[in-house]
Amino acid sequence: MTEVDRRDFLRGAGFATAAAAVPTEASAAIARPPKQISPQAVGMLYDSTLCIGCRACVAACKEANKMPAEVPATLTGWNENTWDSAEDLSGRTLNVIKVYRNGTAEQKDHEINGFAFVKRHCLHCIDPSCVSVCPVGAMQKDAATGIVSYDPDVCIGCRYCVYGCPFGVPQFDFSSALGKIAKCEFCRHLQKDGKIPACCDVCPTGASLFGPVKELEREIERRTAAAPGTPYQFPRGKIGENRPPNAATIPTYVKGVYGEHEAGGTQVRYLAGVPFPKLGLPTVGRQSPASLSEGMQHTIYQWLIAPLVAFVGFAFLARRNLALHHDDDAPPSKEG
Amino acid sequence: MSTAAPLRRSLVTPTTLVLVALVVIAFCFLLQRFLFGLGAVANINPGYPWGIWVVVDVIIGTAFGCGGFAMALLVYIFNRGQYHPLMRPALLSGLFGYTLGGFAVIFDLGRYWQAYNLLLPWHAQLNSVMFEVALCVMAYVVVLWIEFSPAFLERFGFVGIKRILERWMFVIVALGVLLPTMHQSSLGSMLLVMEYRLSPLWFTLWLPALFVISALAMGYAVVMFEATVVSKTFSLPSEHALISKMSIVVGWITVAWLVLRFGDLFARNALPLAFIGSISVFLFWVENAMFLAAALVFITPAGRASQRASFLGAVALLAGGSLYRLDAYLIGYQPLNNWSYFPSVPELMVSIGVVALEVLLYLIFIKTLPVLHGDAARR
Ligand code: SF4
Ligand code: SF4
Ligand code: SF4
Repeated sequence: MTEVDRRDFLRGAGFATAAAAVPTEASAAIARPPKQISPQAVGMLYDSTLCIGCRACVAACKEANKMPAEVPATLTGWNENTWDSAEDLSGRTLNVIKVYRNGTAEQKDHEINGFAFVKRHCLHCIDPSCVSVCPVGAMQKDAATGIVSYDPDVCIGCRYCVYGCPFGVPQFDFSSALGKIAKCEFCRHLQKDGKIPACCDVCPTGASLFGPVKELEREIERRTAAAPGTPYQFPRGKIGENRPPNAATIPTYVKGVYGEHEAGGTQVRYLAGVPFPKLGLPTVGRQSPASLSEGMQHTIYQWLIAPLVAFVGFAFLARRNLALHHDDDAPPSKEG
Repeated sequence: MSTAAPLRRSLVTPTTLVLVALVVIAFCFLLQRFLFGLGAVANINPGYPWGIWVVVDVIIGTAFGCGGFAMALLVYIFNRGQYHPLMRPALLSGLFGYTLGGFAVIFDLGRYWQAYNLLLPWHAQLNSVMFEVALCVMAYVVVLWIEFSPAFLERFGFVGIKRILERWMFVIVALGVLLPTMHQSSLGSMLLVMEYRLSPLWFTLWLPALFVISALAMGYAVVMFEATVVSKTFSLPSEHALISKMSIVVGWITVAWLVLRFGDLFARNALPLAFIGSISVFLFWVENAMFLAAALVFITPAGRASQRASFLGAVALLAGGSLYRLDAYLIGYQPLNNWSYFPSVPELMVSIGVVALEVLLYLIFIKTLPVLHGDAARR
């Protein structure tokens, strides 16, 4: 598994301060109102402190979504495509576990001389950029569950969703002549049959926990309200399901819940013992980028009034001026 | 009768042969792309899903195609008929700039065989800026061909059709001004979703205005550039008198652009970022220096009077406008996970091939159709 690159963090931090240079009032005035989460929205809580880095979720995800194994070039000598060791999200990998390491890397979930795991896949944004930018509606957000799905039969492969996702999630498979976008769709095919996402199903510790966002939010509150060291029954698989829980103690969490506010909020939430930017999670502001770009388009093109008025004006002037010249072969006008 | 006439020169010259060779090379690489995928030819990657095929061929290429838009605005909307001799060559370069931009989109699309979905109303995604750009550009390509069609109709003697067309030309002309205004500004709006990934030196709510104004300025610059190159290459009488008069307009458009650019940076308190040492900051200054140089040439009488200075001013404007687009789309953008991008040789050869095809078609058209102003062409 790849190490989270620390330059990510430096970049993210420098950027966050720089982003303050965009006047928020002006951009809030242009933006359309943010989308609200559906009451039946489903989501995932990924608790980095519970993750042991076994990558059972990565393997299960590949199997459930029929994605090929990935072997980095450096490992092909001994690994003959039997052992997947994807380093990052790609056209063939929807879910990946990465590791943060610092100094002696002795203690888990410590920022200094410690290490920590982080899982990356689609966050199923409440107001997703990918859905907003897609010219043909190949990306759709389910009105009830909030799952962001992708339809390869509609997609034209423009890759605007890859460029525009603030979390760097959708991936285009550049290695194939018939490449398509790869992106976690929350195992919607399994959910349709009443099953739960493969990664949450196989997670041995409950680090990846599936459930309605509302219940996950209450679970987050319980965990963050309890004092570190308190014994706690961590649910596994799906919250509220009768699976034996993982009995452990409450860790020391860093402040905040990643995904609660980022880009207008997401249905996948993160708790961690190491600051989120260090885990390589992008620093993203609260405003949903989709609300700004759509707000600007709606301002300029409201009811198509401005273009129509401009068209009538141009047509009037062009007609008059063409008549003045008779046609384009007439001698130049005296004006000017 | 028309005062425009074909330029009576040979079609086969060393230049055209080189151009043909470049086009053939590009097509070989494109074949490879269609057989083995985008990754086999281009260096685009998860961090940089868009490379020069999008940014150079489409975003910059269509700005180079704004000659027809810029001249139509001046001649037909602001009624400056004296510039009419520049109209057809301007339309011709627009025709190829846009048509080939559309062609570049097709080979860049990862799932090009489904591209027709853009035209199916039930797939239309009205919130997508790219959807608007795609439809506007397609419509404008059609408009450009119609605007240019009198040249064909004259050449092949379809007087009746030409007369009907002329009666409705005002509608086409109006669309020929409206559509580029819409999609050139939208090429700026396409970046508004990049709020958290684009450097504040480029990310601003004024992106649409900055893109459309610079496209207009680049449109005039292309016309100036082209008129000078064509008259020098074929030893035709110079159009400098006309160009020199027009350049004052261009000068003030460029000044307006710079005022908006820096006024906005200042208002957002983003200017301090322009003093941090980095490649993107360096290019930021190069980009703006080009605009400033062009503005200085065009607003000073001495600059306008000199044919050489005007030509260099046009070149500076084209370079500055191109760099602005390159910076906004690729260089000022921060990819996640430290991906980097530099175009591969095949990728570059394809973009060069597209430009070669454009120049080649331009040469063929001015030699076979009444494009250039007659007095000049017949000499
Ligand atoms: S994380 Fe990216 S891909 Fe997933 S819903 Fe949000 S914008 Fe779309
Ligand atoms: S690549 Fe496909 S899914 Fe992504 S924005 Fe383009 S058409 Fe939509
Ligand atoms: S929800 Fe399904 S597709 Fe998404 S990461 Fe988990 S296993 Fe993979």
